[in-house]
Amino acid sequence: MKHPLEDIDIELRMLVEAVYLKYNYDFRDYTGASQKRRVIVAMREMECATVSELQAKVLHQPEAFARLLQFLTIPVTEMFRDPEYHAAIRSQVVPHLSTYPSLKLWVAGCSTGEEVYSLAILLHEEGLLERSLIYATDINPESLEAARRGVFPLDRMRLYTENYQKAGGKRAFSDYYTAAYGGALFERFLMENVTFADHSLATDSVFSETHFVSCRNVMIYFNRRLQNRVLGLFHESLCHRGFLALGSKESIDFSSYANRFEPIARRERIFRKAAE
Amino acid sequence: MNAVAESVDAALAGRRIEAVVIGASAGGVDALVDLLPALPASFGPATVCILHVPADRESRLAELFAARLALPVREAVDKAPVEPGTVYFAGAGYHLSIEQDRVFSLSCEPPVHYARPAIDLLMESAADAYGASLAGILLTGANIDGAEGMQRIRQRGGLTIVQDPAGAQAPAMPEGAIRLCAPHLVLPLAAIRALLPQLETTI
Repeated sequence: MKHPLEDIDIELRMLVEAVYLKYNYDFRDYTGASQKRRVIVAMREMECATVSELQAKVLHQPEAFARLLQFLTIPVTEMFRDPEYHAAIRSQVVPHLSTYPSLKLWVAGCSTGEEVYSLAILLHEEGLLERSLIYATDINPESLEAARRGVFPLDRMRLYTENYQKAGGKRAFSDYYTAAYGGALFERFLMENVTFADHSLATDSVFSETHFVSCRNVMIYFNRRLQNRVLGLFHESLCHRGFLALGSKESIDFSSYANRFEPIARRERIFRKAAE
Repeated sequence: MNAVAESVDAALAGRRIEAVVIGASAGGVDALVDLLPALPASFGPATVCILHVPADRESRLAELFAARLALPVREAVDKAPVEPGTVYFAGAGYHLSIEQDRVFSLSCEPPVHYARPAIDLLMESAADAYGASLAGILLTGANIDGAEGMQRIRQRGGLTIVQDPAGAQAPAMPEGAIRLCAPHLVLPLAAIRALLPQLETTI
């Protein structure tokens, strides 16, 4: 049974449409429920009484859009999130990656960089970092800037250290950072082969062939149409039998790519491009 | 008991329930073990259960209940359609929502009331998706998650049922909802169990 939309749901559609037409950021195929919550928070913080008022403000003031963008994107992540996943990368993916003379890896939707640093540390410990090129992409310029800086809150280090150890880390996690600038500043050598770039999974195309793509807890914010687009990008980017890593509750079962990737670690959501 | 039966009849009159969301925290597993077996194999609505579970542990609730219920039981999966006649459980570590086109979605937004999954977020989104054809049931729990969710269900015309705090293992959660949203029905667990199978048959 269909029931009428509330005003706010109509306003939300108009907001994302305006953002797309004016700024070419495409949130139209993001899932509605969490987007609605985030817009409501933005509305309060930006002192607007309605979403329509927020829309007018964002349309006429680019700096207001820059602010809204911080609410629309979701920078919630941690280093070595899901230690079993990182352990599975070490045991099941690294042996294959080791056979290539040079490697290209893509962390899509890298947000503030926690996943990128985790991957770089892992590759370093497996002796692969020097021959790797990592593309770390996101749509949020402020997140990318934070990722480049490599300074993370000190109070997170206890959790990250625990995660790192559970993930099969080979050293003391504190070897990788020094306390500075009121935070934990990570070693520069980790980012030497990382290229941070502005890239939209919703509107941009593939920019390179890669051996490994990680896109964790990003596609849950997309509807099925956009999920299919993104899986299409990854499929196109990955080399023959390349690897795809998703978040621990993400699935390709409901996508049109269900048969074009095969799971190699089902629980950890690591897939391999099927032979064609 | 007659007064209870009358108020139940009044609350159910004219409704067609398509989905039931049940939230609980401390004491919730026991309460659901008591409650859910009352669902007949023919139960039409989708039933979505959400308990506060630690983020670092895989939730085994779906497995636990699959063996006890006459209906299919699954963990709610991202972008899977909400199927009628099915009992779902929210998994650990992610918020669960229901989209307007009635598929599940997961998200990693910060915890709400220290909880992820949070009952409020599921109930609010379900209220948007189902409007008056949603029933929200809030049971035992030691914090106030769920109160705002129940309020939204009520605002969107849905049916709201809260466990009587007097008999709840932890009363804070039902008390919070009673304060905020004046639910249609406040009932002991046994009465909610008796009412549950009626939800699908009322028109």
